[in-house]
Amino acid sequence: MVLVALLAGHPGAEEAPPAPAGDGLARVRASGLLRWGGDLQGGEPYVFQDPHDPARIVGFEVEIAEALARHLGVQARFVQNDWQLLIPALERGDIDIILNGLEVTEARRRRLAFTQPYFAFAATLVVRRDEPAVHGLADLRGRRVGTLGGSLSHDFVAAVPGIDVVPYEGTQEPYLDLEEGRLDGVVLDDIIAERYGLVRPGLRDAGAVGEGLYAIGMRRDEPALQRAVGEALGTMQRDGELRAILERWRLWNDRQAALAAGAGAPAAPGGVGITAVQLDLFLRATGVTVLISLLSMALAVTGGLGLSLARRYGGGPLRAAAGMYVELFRGTPVLLQLYVLYYGLAPLVAFGAFTAAVVGLGLNYAAYEAELYRAGLEAVPLGQTEAALALGMSRAQALGRIVLPQAFRVALPGIANDFIALLKDTSLVSVITVVELTKQMTITAVYLQSWLVPGLLCAALYLALSYPLARLARRLERRLAPAPA
Amino acid sequence: MTDVVLRARGLHTRRGEVEILRGVDLDVGRGEVLAVVGPSGSGKTTLLRAFNYLTPFDAGEVEVAGCRLRPGMCERADAADLRAVRLRVGMVFQSFHLFPHLTAIDNVAEAPRRVLGLSRAQAHDLAATLLRRVGLEDRAAALPHALSGGQQQRVAIARALAMKPVALLLDEPTSALDPRMTGEILAVVRALAETGQTMVVVTHEIAFARQVAGRVAVLVEGCIVEEGAVHEVLDHPRHGETRAFLAREERA
Repeated sequence: MVLVALLAGHPGAEEAPPAPAGDGLARVRASGLLRWGGDLQGGEPYVFQDPHDPARIVGFEVEIAEALARHLGVQARFVQNDWQLLIPALERGDIDIILNGLEVTEARRRRLAFTQPYFAFAATLVVRRDEPAVHGLADLRGRRVGTLGGSLSHDFVAAVPGIDVVPYEGTQEPYLDLEEGRLDGVVLDDIIAERYGLVRPGLRDAGAVGEGLYAIGMRRDEPALQRAVGEALGTMQRDGELRAILERWRLWNDRQAALAAGAGAPAAPGGVGITAVQLDLFLRATGVTVLISLLSMALAVTGGLGLSLARRYGGGPLRAAAGMYVELFRGTPVLLQLYVLYYGLAPLVAFGAFTAAVVGLGLNYAAYEAELYRAGLEAVPLGQTEAALALGMSRAQALGRIVLPQAFRVALPGIANDFIALLKDTSLVSVITVVELTKQMTITAVYLQSWLVPGLLCAALYLALSYPLARLARRLERRLAPAPA
Repeated sequence: MTDVVLRARGLHTRRGEVEILRGVDLDVGRGEVLAVVGPSGSGKTTLLRAFNYLTPFDAGEVEVAGCRLRPGMCERADAADLRAVRLRVGMVFQSFHLFPHLTAIDNVAEAPRRVLGLSRAQAHDLAATLLRRVGLEDRAAALPHALSGGQQQRVAIARALAMKPVALLLDEPTSALDPRMTGEILAVVRALAETGQTMVVVTHEIAFARQVAGRVAVLVEGCIVEEGAVHEVLDHPRHGETRAFLAREERA
């Protein structure tokens, strides 16, 4: 019978075939869940943890999602995702819809299906009050302007030539840096500007630099779901439910009224293929990675030497302090150290981002290098020092000319390995706004709406840097290993 | 003995509860080769290392060519006094302690350059001369691990001589070597003795002591029990402890 069915070219109709890709609505109905993706880091008022009950999430998008689910006859379930990774998560099938301040752009339209917009925003420039001459982005050429990585606001800023764009992951940090003087302006959606920027007394509104729309994103190959969600949203717009939600969150304004009245969407810049400009950005970011690696390693190697000498030859308090330093920096995440150094210490010492990156990584790796030197120093027999002292050398000469060169040989292969690890750890400094290789990769990926090509390019560049280092480490190990006393 | 180069008076050393040296008096005259023999654990090495204070002593006094060492000196606080003494005595260690990262010639040239302030060329000339004297001029560029034990010990002797020490201390110079290499060291030490180099050799090899030393001191349990010309002490021991020690060594 199977054979007959095959020959006839008709698979048995009763046998359930794998759900066709366009049947997302059936999947939602069958599971009884509308899985919607968002990022809690976006904060109030989008979707965030209820400050009175952190187990609960609240926000105007939470209410929109719940209303949509009710219209579809299912339950809404929030799925946390990094904002920049929402589209890949949708494509992988982790979520059914994206509902999290996702701006409508031409590039995204090619990859996603959007509903009609549910919110209209103005990208707002915020500057410091002590700079009254700044009235728009054009006044900030040659200066640093912060924004969210991968956002439409980012595109608005990047479209103005000569501005140094600084991408952030969160909504608080750019305004903090603006106050500290590490930025000269911040462009973000008006919702964010009002809640995070303009509440700070030293900052003021310098006007809108562009407009955009939030809409719900879905997979292009799920037309049934698109239709159903679009209709549900349409109903909410007609019967005033959406307006009620927005008013509850103090988000209703003339722009929303115009949107409800059916005003057209403003055009947004779109993405293009990987170009010479992108390649150039990648190479520049590689340069930043190399520079940070070299400088922080230099700091780590000298700092580690000081620490290990303090631990071995220092007096009681010095020795204890060096020991505590090593345990503190080895025992806490380098990411945390970078945050504390850059944001936490900002009121005391306002490091620039690059300096903070070098200092942060250098201080962290110094702890590891200190341990390598310690092992090296312990490997040098006491007889070496005695022989040097017996020849009339001073203690410093015995250390510098006899003991340290031998300790260094023991430590060197480990140091070379740490340098490779450090090279990769530089990717962490993107959290304090340094655009290095990995950050550039995510920026390009969001811009191109593709992670594969930038990802591979990024990996190739890291390998090109680390592989020669690994070879060098091996050679050093071979050359320096045989020295039995 | 008109010109005393090394002098120890009432030397006491303890390590924890154990007394290592129990009142040692010793004089070494200029140009003299003194062998210190005795069973292992008798304090020979401790006595030798008191002369350059690598092992501190707890009571007594040491005088090295006019420089004085006192009990309780500190490497840090008394660095200048200690260096003055160490510049006058050379030390050859049982297990050589050559600097493994330096070639044979650099092992010898390092201290003259850094401590005496010789130029690189001067230090190298001096080192080459000394390596020739110990028969290793063709191994000058070798790293220590490429040398045999006997060769390493000869480099160590050259290294100590490079500082032109008033006295040379040799701590069991042959005990880390197999017997056929002992001959190399013996020849070098005898040649040195002929030039009038003052030396103190700690050894438990009676044959070695007999061949290099003019005078011998027998150390037993931290005390010098007998002291005198080599043939007198070794051939006609007066003291019971010496006889017991010599009998044990000859059986071995």
